[in-house]
Amino acid sequence: MKYIDEYRSPELVRGLLQKINGRAAELPKQITVMEVCGSHTTAISRFGIRRLLPDNIRLISGPGCPVCVSAIEDIDQALWLAAQPNLIFTSYGDLLRVPGSYGNSLEKIRAAGAQIKTVHSALDAVALARANPEHKVLFMGIGFETTSPTVAAAVLQANKLKITNFFIYCCHKLMPPVMHTLLDEKEVAIDGFLCPGHVSTIIGAQAYDFIIKTNRAAVVTGFEPVDILEGISLILEQLISGVTEVKIQYQRGVNKEGNQKARAVMNEVFKPATVNWRGLGEIPESGLVLNEKFAAFDIHRHFSIPDITSQANPACRCGEVLSGRIEPHDCDLFGTACTPTKPFGPCMVSNEGSCAVFFRYPNPAQEAKPGRYQHENQCRKKHS
Amino acid sequence: MCISFPGRIIAFKEDNCLAVIEIGSTKREVSLDLLDEPVTLNDYLLCHAGFAIHKIDTEEAQKSLTLLQEIIDNEIY
Ligand code: SF4
Repeated sequence: MKYIDEYRSPELVRGLLQKINGRAAELPKQITVMEVCGSHTTAISRFGIRRLLPDNIRLISGPGCPVCVSAIEDIDQALWLAAQPNLIFTSYGDLLRVPGSYGNSLEKIRAAGAQIKTVHSALDAVALARANPEHKVLFMGIGFETTSPTVAAAVLQANKLKITNFFIYCCHKLMPPVMHTLLDEKEVAIDGFLCPGHVSTIIGAQAYDFIIKTNRAAVVTGFEPVDILEGISLILEQLISGVTEVKIQYQRGVNKEGNQKARAVMNEVFKPATVNWRGLGEIPESGLVLNEKFAAFDIHRHFSIPDITSQANPACRCGEVLSGRIEPHDCDLFGTACTPTKPFGPCMVSNEGSCAVFFRYPNPAQEAKPGRYQHENQCRKKHS
Repeated sequence: MCISFPGRIIAFKEDNCLAVIEIGSTKREVSLDLLDEPVTLNDYLLCHAGFAIHKIDTEEAQKSLTLLQEIIDNEIY
């Protein structure tokens, strides 16, 4: 397929690996590169990129899976809403299997009779609302800047068509504020970011200037093996020269300014707010809520949801996985009690969750290698 | 979840508000409401959750691939 096959060329991959190996030999210390996009997490494991890299380049995953970063409180409220009569609950498929505080999931309550439908686009939910005027149709919006303009456009369409039975539960989150928080994490010590390709299609490479101000490298990277290896090579270049700048490797999909029209649509419908991230807590201005003008679409205005005491499974270490503090196989439950068919936490549920990705594409060499994180994990166990 | 697929425009619908795109052997309809530049038949679009979000700069893509090949060919380790 065009724009995919060329970026899987074995010849280019070999050349880039040679380049990376040459540059890695010049590094004064081991470096840590974080990716913050679930599609990068998947591609890196799927193409076996970690095992191709020299030992002094560590790739870790951050909070790039939108389903995984959704707070347990939001999952519990969604479960309550989805059980209401005359309501059709819609969202993307990945969300359905995330467990709430009391063992239920949207998938389980659907089996028990709740009206829950998966959709590919928020526009499908608007169409459903039009076709079912006697029902309230709720769309649970999750995702980063790639997805939120599409949901904003659906709200605009519903508004234009005067549809009054379409509602939003907004869980949208913003990438730069959480990356900012991670830069301050002493425990993780990130040297460079593989910046998310399609989030950047919308927000533009300009959005990452704050990263290079802290002397960390930033490269907006695509999703094929050639893209990822070139992204890593460009990070090495910056770290070796000491001159950091926001580079765009993924030039076919991203420019400096981003998609201004999509941003305008997003800003017309939503505004930034302080929101809660799983494992990372509250981060200022890191999420979106509906603007007052579109408040009638907010499901919270139509239901008073009772207080629910939410609690994530204490044995699940998704919070640490999502912030790059541990890797999935450092969790005692990984691959034993917790598997994709019987997931404990959201990182094992979502296709793009780090735990599910590591389970699907195991890297025996890495699991056997006693790295810093395995060591920390052993210390933690000794002291607990 | 933020993955977007590159597809080629093979038709327009509903007063050019929708495009039919071909991704490999599958066809999808996408809204053009979020695109910030004009498009024509055979253009390649990045599509996400029912919307086209970017027109792929075909020339730029070819140029950067050629440049990458040149860099690799000319660097000696
Ligand atoms: S392996 Fe399962 S229990 Fe452990 S962190 Fe991942 S999702 Fe949570």
